[in-house]
Amino acid sequence: MADDKFDSIVVGAGPAGVSAAITMARAGLNVALLERGEYAGAKNVQGAVLYSKMLQDVIPEFWKDCPLERAIVEERVFILTAKSGIQIGYKSADYDVVPANCYTIIRVEFDKWFSKKAEQAGVTLITGVTVSDVIKKNGAVVGVKTTEGDELLADVVIACDGVNSILAQKAGLHREWKPQEVALGVKEILALPREKIEDRFCLEGNQGSTTEMVGDITKGMLGYAFMYTNKDTIALGLGCAVDDFQRTNIKPYDLLEELKRHPLVRRYIQGSKSVEYSAHLIPEGGFNSMPPLYTDGMLLAGDAAQMINPTHREGSNLAMSAGKMAGETVIEVKKKNNFSARSLSLYRKKLEDSFVLKDMDDHKDIEDKVRANRDMLTVYPKLVCDAAHEYFLVDGLPKRDHQKRIIRRIRRERGFFRMFKDAMSLRHAIG
Amino acid sequence: MVDEPKPMTLEDKLGLLTYKNDHQTHIKILDNKTCLNCPNKPCVTGCPAGVYAWDEPQKKLVVSYENCIECGAARMLCPYNNIEWNPPRGGFGVSYKYG
Repeated sequence: MADDKFDSIVVGAGPAGVSAAITMARAGLNVALLERGEYAGAKNVQGAVLYSKMLQDVIPEFWKDCPLERAIVEERVFILTAKSGIQIGYKSADYDVVPANCYTIIRVEFDKWFSKKAEQAGVTLITGVTVSDVIKKNGAVVGVKTTEGDELLADVVIACDGVNSILAQKAGLHREWKPQEVALGVKEILALPREKIEDRFCLEGNQGSTTEMVGDITKGMLGYAFMYTNKDTIALGLGCAVDDFQRTNIKPYDLLEELKRHPLVRRYIQGSKSVEYSAHLIPEGGFNSMPPLYTDGMLLAGDAAQMINPTHREGSNLAMSAGKMAGETVIEVKKKNNFSARSLSLYRKKLEDSFVLKDMDDHKDIEDKVRANRDMLTVYPKLVCDAAHEYFLVDGLPKRDHQKRIIRRIRRERGFFRMFKDAMSLRHAIG
Repeated sequence: MVDEPKPMTLEDKLGLLTYKNDHQTHIKILDNKTCLNCPNKPCVTGCPAGVYAWDEPQKKLVVSYENCIECGAARMLCPYNNIEWNPPRGGFGVSYKYG
């Protein structure tokens, strides 16, 4: 059919795709944005925490009409055993500013809003279209084919089609992910009156909090759980490496039910009503799993390119920045009318100069290190909880005996030298 | 003591979702014999929507593709790369409201 030729076709109306499309449309380029869902967001799942800076770079003053849930003023980490937990948190009134450092969002509402912004910028948004293949000419990507057999042509295709990227594979940029390169997340949205959320989480007005949970709840699988406050819902979920689900035969939805019943979780969600269950893959292979980011006539951004920093819960922000840089790259190469891989390599240069590839590089082998010492996922939570239990226990024994018991337990379970080694191996996790 | 939340079955969870079902499947088992020799069948337990079930009398994997919530994990869960999973055709499949 091929009756339409665009300057660029962007596949996938998520954070990367919309950012790329808006950037190009604003520069006057003729852009098509293809989305396989009935509406933008229909297939998308995220925690979801939205970081202001990267969105602001695409939509200045986004907070004026963006569907935001709560401004995050508190970030907490729970280290859990089956019945106990250490609770660490940082809360600051300084976070309660406009725009806040980050917000919780309902991802589908956000995507609808974000894609509307693209349309307003002049992007042709086409929903309900699944792209099944790339069209190549003389080895270069020159367009895409849909499942319905339609063909669309463009100077450059930007593949932002998510973790299950068809385009990256069809263009020969990567093989299938390995099970250890992806995590499977499941989540429920739990409805609760907003006063209850504010009381239980100690929040005022539109303030919100995030809670990440590690330890017993993942049963030694590499992953973590989370609990985010929205206006009148709580997002409760967990994600673990697919190779661990494969190895253990644990059912993800059973694990989610266990999380709901955990003594440190259940009071927060008591009386809530589940309104949605969802699942999604998270590309957590990191820097070493990233496919080539460009080829003749095509760029890759977002989850499709493994742009996730799991140790910092970041992903959609990397996607937005990468999408914007992909768009800027197309604008520049268009001036020279050269869409070769060599010309498009400018995109990688831009990413290297930004936080995107710097952060990816710094955190590239954290998961391998934890995998190599998998027992630290269960040993340490138990150790710190037992130590805390002992420390606070008043049972008539002298304090020095309690201290000795704590030290003996650490020696037996891990040893100080090994603990130091573990800490050194993970120092980049929080860096 | 807080009352424990009422347990939800997978059916309860999937019942919350809106689907537009296609008459054709987007999931294909490449070789039935491979499943026969697969010892622990991680697709059956690991799929978050319970799409894959082992039918012992028929000795084959039953695929309820219409329950798929499109995470794509099945491809990586199968140790033998025996599951071909493609996104449903445009406009079909699950539509999340919250996401």
